[in-house]
Amino acid sequence: VADRATPPADELPPAVPDLPRRVRVPYVWILPIIVVITGAFLAVREKLAEGTSIEISFHTADDLEPNKTKISYKAVEIGEVKEIHVSKDRKEVIVEARIHRNVRDYLVQDTRFWVVRPRVTGANISGLGTLVSGAYIGVDVGHSTVPEDHFTGLEVPPIVTSGLPGREYILHASDIGSLSIGSTVFYRHIPAGQVVAYSLDPGGASVTVKVFINSPYDKFVTQETRFWQASGVDMSINSEGVKLHTESLASILEGGVAFQAPKESASGDSTSRDSTSTAEMAEDTSFKLYSDQERATREADTVAETFILYFQGSLRGLSVGAPVDLRGINIGEVKRLSVEYDRVAGVLRFPVEVDIFPQRIRSRARASGAKGTELDMGGHTMIDSMVAHGMRAALKDGNLLTGQKYVAVDVVKGAPAENVAWDEHPPIFPTASGGLDELTDSIGSIAKKLDKVPFDQISNHLITTMATLDQTLKSTDRLMRNVDASIAPQVTATLKEAQDAMKNAKEALSEGGSLNNDLGDTLLQLSRAAKSLGALADYLERHPEALIRGKPTDPR
Amino acid sequence: MSASVTGESLGLLVCTRCRATLRAIAAAGQRCPRCHSPVHLRRPHSIATTASLVITAALLYIPANVLPVMRTHTFFSDEDDTIMSGVISLAHSGSWPVALLVFFASIVVPLLKLIALSEILIAVTRKSVRQPQQRSRLFRLVEFVGRWSMLDVFAMSLLVALVQIQSLATVQVRPAALAFAGVVVLTMLAAQSFDERLLWDTQTRG
Repeated sequence: VADRATPPADELPPAVPDLPRRVRVPYVWILPIIVVITGAFLAVREKLAEGTSIEISFHTADDLEPNKTKISYKAVEIGEVKEIHVSKDRKEVIVEARIHRNVRDYLVQDTRFWVVRPRVTGANISGLGTLVSGAYIGVDVGHSTVPEDHFTGLEVPPIVTSGLPGREYILHASDIGSLSIGSTVFYRHIPAGQVVAYSLDPGGASVTVKVFINSPYDKFVTQETRFWQASGVDMSINSEGVKLHTESLASILEGGVAFQAPKESASGDSTSRDSTSTAEMAEDTSFKLYSDQERATREADTVAETFILYFQGSLRGLSVGAPVDLRGINIGEVKRLSVEYDRVAGVLRFPVEVDIFPQRIRSRARASGAKGTELDMGGHTMIDSMVAHGMRAALKDGNLLTGQKYVAVDVVKGAPAENVAWDEHPPIFPTASGGLDELTDSIGSIAKKLDKVPFDQISNHLITTMATLDQTLKSTDRLMRNVDASIAPQVTATLKEAQDAMKNAKEALSEGGSLNNDLGDTLLQLSRAAKSLGALADYLERHPEALIRGKPTDPR
Repeated sequence: MSASVTGESLGLLVCTRCRATLRAIAAAGQRCPRCHSPVHLRRPHSIATTASLVITAALLYIPANVLPVMRTHTFFSDEDDTIMSGVISLAHSGSWPVALLVFFASIVVPLLKLIALSEILIAVTRKSVRQPQQRSRLFRLVEFVGRWSMLDVFAMSLLVALVQIQSLATVQVRPAALAFAGVVVLTMLAAQSFDERLLWDTQTRG
């Protein structure tokens, strides 16, 4: 090492000069610039793509998670829940969410939000997928054009989302029955729609139910369409017997509404059906929701004439809604039963208020173009004439088993003349007793007739008849005695002669008797004669010529 | 110690390729007469290059930690994880050693590297005379650690390749992974582009 002394610096080779490089800012400075620009670009883009911030209020934040719960429209993600906090008044939960920029125009006033989570109701199960994937917020985009960023979330998913073809109608009912949101609406037992909403009317006396009829079926909703509750099992016991009616198993579980037009319109002939009655009804038209099908299809009658009936007998078995029957045709129903005290007469009276639907009594006059209700317009005269002919209302036993009664209107023969008290309000229609009363009545009339029978005269006649009969018998007796005395001996003699004659005959005919022997001989000769006649015939057959030539002599 | 003789002070330089010792000449560019590679007393623009790389790495360090680095898509959920959230969930699940390893390798070490390099750069530009030995040791540590910093990226690339059970579970790389890899690579390059001799120049001049 010592030998290899370090050479002096001057002996070292010098560096070779190189081409001078362009002095420049080192290129690496581009790197931070690129990063900054890229970062800024990404940040701006992110900011822009971040979308709009909206607030949705819910009753509870159940199943919702910030930065996790998605907002989906038709299963396409359009945003995400960013933050959840309780509102200032601590009544609800405010969910802050970001909606993607490109779907900002979805955020209009009537856009609806709801949480999709597993739900099990009477007849359907929904949102099962969210069991594993977790809940999400569903969106139904509204039609409004007014932008909005504060929404009130629905607690239950809407039945009908916008864009679903069909129409909404409003039904008015006295009570909700077993209907609930989502209950099916049936048209001829086909599920045709659903109950969308219901609310109590401001007065609290009735309810309004909103139904949505899906597209192909909404055209069957016409002016004459009736809606009725098809909820559960409809069982009725009335004067017509026991009736059980139900729409479908699902409707038993969660109720339902059915609709249909009455089979034949109350206005009568198809020719008189104007186009308005078959035209489809516009959205949000109001209908009455009847409590059952019978009522719905029956109450085609817009005009009802009210009458008061005073019956003599007990009203037990007669109920409100019982039919008023005209020879089997239902023309009305009992509206009210009550008791009133008549001060003048000092008696209790039982007025039965009935509604008669004059439209059910079609008159010939209608066809000729006369308008108005028959009972009303000139109807007084019609009813008066009918009453004059003995038309009376009577209580009849509809069903002996249940004891239900109905009001029968019919012509009662021999009814005492009565009039309709038109001045009363409502007018009083004359009645007749029926049923058991009728029975007692007829027994009474039988008794009356029996009363009229002239039993005294009859017995007098009988007595004289008996006397005459006695005399007759006596004369007969006398006659017999005469017969005994005069005719009997002759008869005895005649009989004796006859007996003798018979005896002679018997002798003559007996074995060995003369007559018998003679007869035997005669028969023998007759037999011989016949035999020779036979031989003759035989010969003549073989020798017919013998008739002419005579019997030839025997050649022998 | 403070007045040591250096190649520069003697007007000598060494070819970094073939190790020939040469006399420096006064020219804009010099070349090794033996291997013809460019030679210089000090690497040109060393501080500027290193500084730019460190700044870039520092910028990338922000998205690398803020943005999600990985998306775990399972049947039940989609989950985005940043490095820190990954560390926390690891810690919550009880794997403390792994959590610590990831925490140090992915968060602490890159950060310390950036701080160390910045400190060295500042010291050099300010021509600080104190503790050049410690800075030198620090620099060598940074250089050494650099090659291990890709642990995270490596682990993630393994995960992404392995966990690809469609619809049941997939792992996707998110942009932060790129940023993170950028941080690691850039700090390594920064360490490489720094001319360590600059640390000692103050000693001779002072």
